Amino acid sequence: MSSKVQILFKNIHKKDSHTYKVYCQDGGYKQAERAMSMSTEDVIDEVKRAGIRGRGGAGFPAGLKWSFIPKDNSRDKYLVCNADEGEPGTCKDRDIMRYTPHMLIEGMVIAAYAVGAERGYIYIRGEFVREAEILEEAIKEAYDNGRLGKNINGKKIRFDLAIHRGGGAYVCGEETGLIESLEGKKGQPRVKPPFPANIGLWGGPTVINNVETLASVPSIIENGGEWYGNLGVEKSSGTKLFSISGHVNKPGNYEVELGIPMKTLIEEYAGGVRGGWDNLKGVIPGGSSSAILPKDVCDTVTMDYDAIAKAGSMLGSGAMIVLDKSVCIVKAVERLSRFYRHESCGQCTPCREGTGWISQIMTRIENGQGVEGDIDLLLSIGDNISGKTICALGDAAVGPVAGSIKAFRDEYIYHVEHGRCMVG
Amino acid sequence: MSEMQENTQLEKPQFNADAMKQVEIIFSRYPEERRASALMPVLHLAQKEFGGWLSQASLDYVAEVVGVAPIRCYEVATFYTMYNLKPVGKYHVQVCTNIACWLCDSDNVVKVLEDKLQIKMGATTQDNRFTLSEVECLGACIRAPMMQVNDDYHENLTADTIAEIIDRLP
Repeated sequence: MSSKVQILFKNIHKKDSHTYKVYCQDGGYKQAERAMSMSTEDVIDEVKRAGIRGRGGAGFPAGLKWSFIPKDNSRDKYLVCNADEGEPGTCKDRDIMRYTPHMLIEGMVIAAYAVGAERGYIYIRGEFVREAEILEEAIKEAYDNGRLGKNINGKKIRFDLAIHRGGGAYVCGEETGLIESLEGKKGQPRVKPPFPANIGLWGGPTVINNVETLASVPSIIENGGEWYGNLGVEKSSGTKLFSISGHVNKPGNYEVELGIPMKTLIEEYAGGVRGGWDNLKGVIPGGSSSAILPKDVCDTVTMDYDAIAKAGSMLGSGAMIVLDKSVCIVKAVERLSRFYRHESCGQCTPCREGTGWISQIMTRIENGQGVEGDIDLLLSIGDNISGKTICALGDAAVGPVAGSIKAFRDEYIYHVEHGRCMVG
Repeated sequence: MSEMQENTQLEKPQFNADAMKQVEIIFSRYPEERRASALMPVLHLAQKEFGGWLSQASLDYVAEVVGVAPIRCYEVATFYTMYNLKPVGKYHVQVCTNIACWLCDSDNVVKVLEDKLQIKMGATTQDNRFTLSEVECLGACIRAPMMQVNDDYHENLTADTIAEIIDRLP
């Protein structure tokens, strides 16, 4: 794993990398042209061969998702880019949009061609005002240069692309919550099935992909699905952006091949754990919803979908939050539990009520008022949320609680028994 | 027309010509029969145009402009945290205290701001210059701790840079 292939970030160190001119210097938009000379089936096959899995968190194979779009032409089809980026710890898509927006737009043009969508949206989180401005400008440049709109690349292919800003709701990162929001409603997720590939935006077949997934597409067309598939490891192909935050010396977004040992990634890229590797307490490997992995697991685990799942967590969005030994786990999870309580959309009773109960119990344990049985009560509430709600927000709220109790139960017990932290 | 009605009319918010142009651009992004999709962007615009928050009258006006029932507009405005339903100061200072920022001592950012502005979280200064809010993750975790002042992110904050940023505001 010594190669340092850069796909998404290959241009970002260039001056004005966000402009059409600089993007085109390096063969930009040539891949959209190439894709349009292929059949739509061949484009989808190439992406399938690449094996790229959804980079937003769910990890669903992108090519397969595209292939679910019905081939009939009776209904308008849509392509939506999920740029809601709200999972705590995650800030990778922001850098793609700021520094290489045309790579995303080109990826969308290719995806739209492949699935037959003539209209697309980038749903960007509302707080990213400056990023939305950069994207707006990039979209305008793409229109001006015949890369978007009618007769793209001089062919009878049409794709209109616009930005839709969110309003500050984490749940809109869930694809059907996002669709509701795009339709001008509260972002409350829909019951699935039907899946968006059949009934999505305005009732039409809809593909929803994360920013990073779509921005990877031009390179897949350029170099072939096989090339991409050979990067990374089995069932986790390609490169991935990891947002490394918390107690590291060089926090940042790093693009590496999937399958890299977590320790290598933290030590060689992120400058190491503050105070050295032995000062590591644990790593939340895939955004705040993923269960924390204690140091002994971090010593050997690799950063790919299967390895992280096997270790009892999930790769999610690739947001690694590093905690050193000074952190009180109860306090950290208490903060996260407030987040999920705030963000629950209120639609499903187990999540609406359960996230509130979890937050209250976490707060009382943190404040030294925990009582015997609280830890089991937390787990019981978790059991009654998981799998019993329309969307995954409920499970996401349970992840950090259940995961931290599993890995650091002694700290919870100490908190309840002594009314204070074990550390600090 | 009675005086009261006149007052109501005067207070009725109204987009100026430039804002109406923006509205037309927003409408053009969606199929004509899907106009309701313009609700969120028009609400964002209204908040910007009408002093940083949305009154009941503003919400009714947006509903009218977009052509949806007022209840639809209230539903949306109350669901999303970015729509301010109460007045905010000229500068809305939003501090992230979620996990990545908290690990990088956002507690201190909160303290420095509360001391400097002499208000608690959630409050507005008497001169209506600043509103201080605690917010959830804003997606700048690798440059924590951070805050957003109106539309701009400020990252890698220290006590010194916070003071500088606040003092530099026009």
